[in-house]
Amino acid sequence: MSRASTAPVAPPVAPPKEGVPVQGGVGTSALRPDGVPKVKGEFAYSSDMWDEHMLWGATVRSPHPHACIVSIDITDALKHPGVHAVLTHEDVAGRKTFGLERPDQPVLASERVRYRGEPIALVAAAHPETARRAAEAVHIDYEVLQPVTDPEVALDAATVALHPSGNVVRHIHIAHGEPDPEADVVAEATYEVGMQDQAFLGPESGLAVPDGSGGVDLYVSTQWLHVDREQLAASLALAPEEVRITLAGVGGAFGAREDLSIQIHSCMLALTTNRPVKMMYSREESFYGHVHRHPARLNYIHGATTSGELVFVKARLVFDGGAYASSSTAVCANAATLCCGPYEVPNALIDCYAVYTNNPPCGAMRGFGAVQACFAYESQMDLLAAKLAMDPVELRLRNAASTGTVTPTGQKIEGPAPVAELLTRVRDAPLPPPGSPGTPDIRELPGGVSNATHGEAVRRGIGHAAGYKNICYSEGFDDYATARVRLSAPAGEPVVEVHTAAAEVGQGVATIQLQIARTELGVEAAVLRPADTSIGSSGSSSASRQTWMTGGAVKTACEAVRERVLSTAAEVLGAEPGELYLSNGLVMSLELGAVYSLAELLGDTVVEATREYRHAPTSPLDANGQGNAHAGFAFAAHRAVVDVDVELGLVKVVDIATAQDVGMALNPQAVEGQIEGGIAQGIGLALMEEVQVIDGVIRNPSFTDYLIPTSLDMPPVHADVLELGDPGSPYGVKGVGEPPVISSTPAVVAAVRAATGRALRRIPMRPDDVAGLTDRSPAGEAPREPR
Amino acid sequence: MDIYRPASWSEALEVKRGAPESVPLAGGTDLMVDLNFGRARPQALLDLTRLAELAGWDRDNGRVRIGAGVTFTTLIAELAPELPGLAIASRTVGSPQIRNRATLGGNLGTASPAGDALPPLLAAGAEVEVASAARSRRIPLEDFFIAPKVTALEGGELIAAIVVPVADGPQQYSKIGTRNAMVIATVSFALALHPGRRRVGTGIGSAAPRPLRATEAEDFIGGVLAEHDLWSSGAPIPEPASARFGELVAAAAQPIDDVRGTVAYRRHALAVLARRTLAWAWSDYRSAA
Repeated sequence: MSRASTAPVAPPVAPPKEGVPVQGGVGTSALRPDGVPKVKGEFAYSSDMWDEHMLWGATVRSPHPHACIVSIDITDALKHPGVHAVLTHEDVAGRKTFGLERPDQPVLASERVRYRGEPIALVAAAHPETARRAAEAVHIDYEVLQPVTDPEVALDAATVALHPSGNVVRHIHIAHGEPDPEADVVAEATYEVGMQDQAFLGPESGLAVPDGSGGVDLYVSTQWLHVDREQLAASLALAPEEVRITLAGVGGAFGAREDLSIQIHSCMLALTTNRPVKMMYSREESFYGHVHRHPARLNYIHGATTSGELVFVKARLVFDGGAYASSSTAVCANAATLCCGPYEVPNALIDCYAVYTNNPPCGAMRGFGAVQACFAYESQMDLLAAKLAMDPVELRLRNAASTGTVTPTGQKIEGPAPVAELLTRVRDAPLPPPGSPGTPDIRELPGGVSNATHGEAVRRGIGHAAGYKNICYSEGFDDYATARVRLSAPAGEPVVEVHTAAAEVGQGVATIQLQIARTELGVEAAVLRPADTSIGSSGSSSASRQTWMTGGAVKTACEAVRERVLSTAAEVLGAEPGELYLSNGLVMSLELGAVYSLAELLGDTVVEATREYRHAPTSPLDANGQGNAHAGFAFAAHRAVVDVDVELGLVKVVDIATAQDVGMALNPQAVEGQIEGGIAQGIGLALMEEVQVIDGVIRNPSFTDYLIPTSLDMPPVHADVLELGDPGSPYGVKGVGEPPVISSTPAVVAAVRAATGRALRRIPMRPDDVAGLTDRSPAGEAPREPR
Repeated sequence: MDIYRPASWSEALEVKRGAPESVPLAGGTDLMVDLNFGRARPQALLDLTRLAELAGWDRDNGRVRIGAGVTFTTLIAELAPELPGLAIASRTVGSPQIRNRATLGGNLGTASPAGDALPPLLAAGAEVEVASAARSRRIPLEDFFIAPKVTALEGGELIAAIVVPVADGPQQYSKIGTRNAMVIATVSFALALHPGRRRVGTGIGSAAPRPLRATEAEDFIGGVLAEHDLWSSGAPIPEPASARFGELVAAAAQPIDDVRGTVAYRRHALAVLARRTLAWAWSDYRSAA
């Protein structure tokens, strides 16, 4: 990673002190507390938890994507030796449904199942295999119904309603500028995105422990402890304080742990049997047990002047939400509001739908609606450039958004929006050398170790893309995070203890919290308490928000602690607090230098502060899709260089150059990790990652057939990290995690198009498509009138 | 589930005689996946992984006899000179961890049409040595596979070894997967030149219910090479002949549409792989001549 050499804008909040920076503070690549244990295989993941007296839970799931349940017979299952409980919807003590945005999903299905894999009954047994066999002995009679699997069919008024509210989860209409502007040149096409899986490695798992007096403690891998607790308390008919959740070791998340999986089920079994209950999905069950990225069909018309200025964008986007709402309404909002890309678009007419079908439920995944839109709008920019006979980067530069640009929702972009600079940097980055002549190393060729080509039919292509993403929660949501910071000197040395409920899901928020505490209090010894619900909410580890939000809360709490310590010191010294600061365990005076050791000053006192942090408020969208819906934006650009075996349709990504404004890199190594990991996921969506669903049934629920990139599929990444400072965030940070996954995909597709000359309007591209045997590009058509 | 862990080959055969329903475990990289996915719940497992008698190979009279328990890592490290096609194929199997664990006998016993070792063994003209407590016999490999996951093994029989003629000419193996490593073949093809016998051997994977030879293609290209005396002259193979060879290989396949690929793509890719592997092998033959 190279860090941008341009002078960064000064962070909006001045550093709290001068003096020697503390070890492991903000701006350093401080080591992760979980890093060494993970590398050595000693980290305890949620699936490793064990209790001597525990039972194992198993889930009975629907084999049909759409059916009425005629009867459920648990008699035989209960007779199995070793079975302690078999539960159905009748045993759900409280609210029978759950859901992140609307509680439309049954805890256990009672009358109707809406997707293949929907939970219907639960078993607890002494051994996991006993539980699985007993689950097979639950007899369920179904009246099988025709599944609705095409979102366009679901939108048709004549189609059966899958929910009482109808089949439209959300429709957003955006009307911006002139309704019917004239353009010299028009480009129209339809694009399709397949269903991507988050493909975390640690399956859904957790341990529920009854407390003996009606409450329960749950140890689980999740992304947002408090939203879990809210839903658990409602369905278990318990008060929130009777449901205590502690974060267990998380083996990846990427959005797939925002919705509940084993949470309510394991607690029901634990409360019924009065024994600890462990649940852990198998890999196949995991594919049915969490939401996926929405498949989408996106029709676009771009209009421009002959000189390449965008005149309008008209788009109709349809997102397949599957059987239940999950976070479809927010995904729909992101897709709609970001769907014109990081460009100046004076006129826009957008209709974006999220619909119910009988496909597996879709919800949060890294990029969250921005991914699908970016593939389409960046493909459109290339198509338009071709029609204008313009260089595709030049067309983007001519229309690039910048500070002050008004988005199609009427929101003015505050803060840096360096779209042109990011594009220029990736365009001008050094190109990799051409493929090696002579006897090539097959690992550097399309097909890799499969030995499919020795250079025959290999052509190189280059593609560019830019994208943007809202950071934090949007549309007026009360988005906050809580932190408690405690400063003491228990053994004659100052120690700062940080407690939040922020979920460390691998992204590094644990490290960031410690770094902030070290810097703000000038104390190297920082420890993090386990994330649990005994502290207030931190919000979700999603929307690239935790460094900003929980980081902001930790910083604010530290400032409160520091203020108290310095005012005590000022009192003792008869000085003004403003003349004092903390540095490396010392109270420093601007005039006198070190005046106190912090440990000495603290003695037995403990200084503690709890603070909530909120970003600037956002507002909902009105009927025309207008409103300041987003708290902030992050931008990135990618250039992909690929080698394609045009005869076999196999692709080797040779090189990725990226530029991204991260506001400020609190931990440069973690930033690099997020950028490279996101690009891997973006390459996966371009080339291989698809949950193949036919008639509502997943055909490849395994890592044998759901392929994710290996090290041989991942190219070297040249990352240009800009630190331009966001005016609205602590230290000027921006979220880092999502932008890398957004524009890397269209850059790779553009490069493959350049190598093959093919349209390639559906992702992931399959070898058949790339070789030109099939054209699964959806037919282009005019957007239908909004309904 | 019963688990038998015999200490010797003869004990293993005795166990198999007494418990013919027991499923051999010879690495477990397929079997354990089936168990974990709930696709198999065998009454009994017969663990062959500890048997020293299966873990080695030897050379005898122009042939290599490879114990059923030899791993892919060993095939790559020790047998590349004798069996280059098998070694290339072995390098495409899974990850290093899988190759350390998975065995040649296991690959045959699983009898998946996608088994990477099978096409090069077919092209090389291998035989399977199977044994029961009562007797031992050899089965030509092409008669060993009956259907997906079904072999010619009879009750009480286990795979003892695979016997393969040492390569007498260049060999190649090539496969298609949608990523560049650790991938199950969408389609695969092996080719072996047999200058001594003036023949070309082939093997097709993942394009029929069982691994196949493309015999018509073998006869055709053998005929071309003989007709123009190319074995002696070492002249290039005429382009129309290699194209026709590709077409005949593709025609020999009986592919299906599944999650890994389509019928059309499998046939197309087979033709390409057949042409390319023939060109690579022929180029090696000419430069060695």
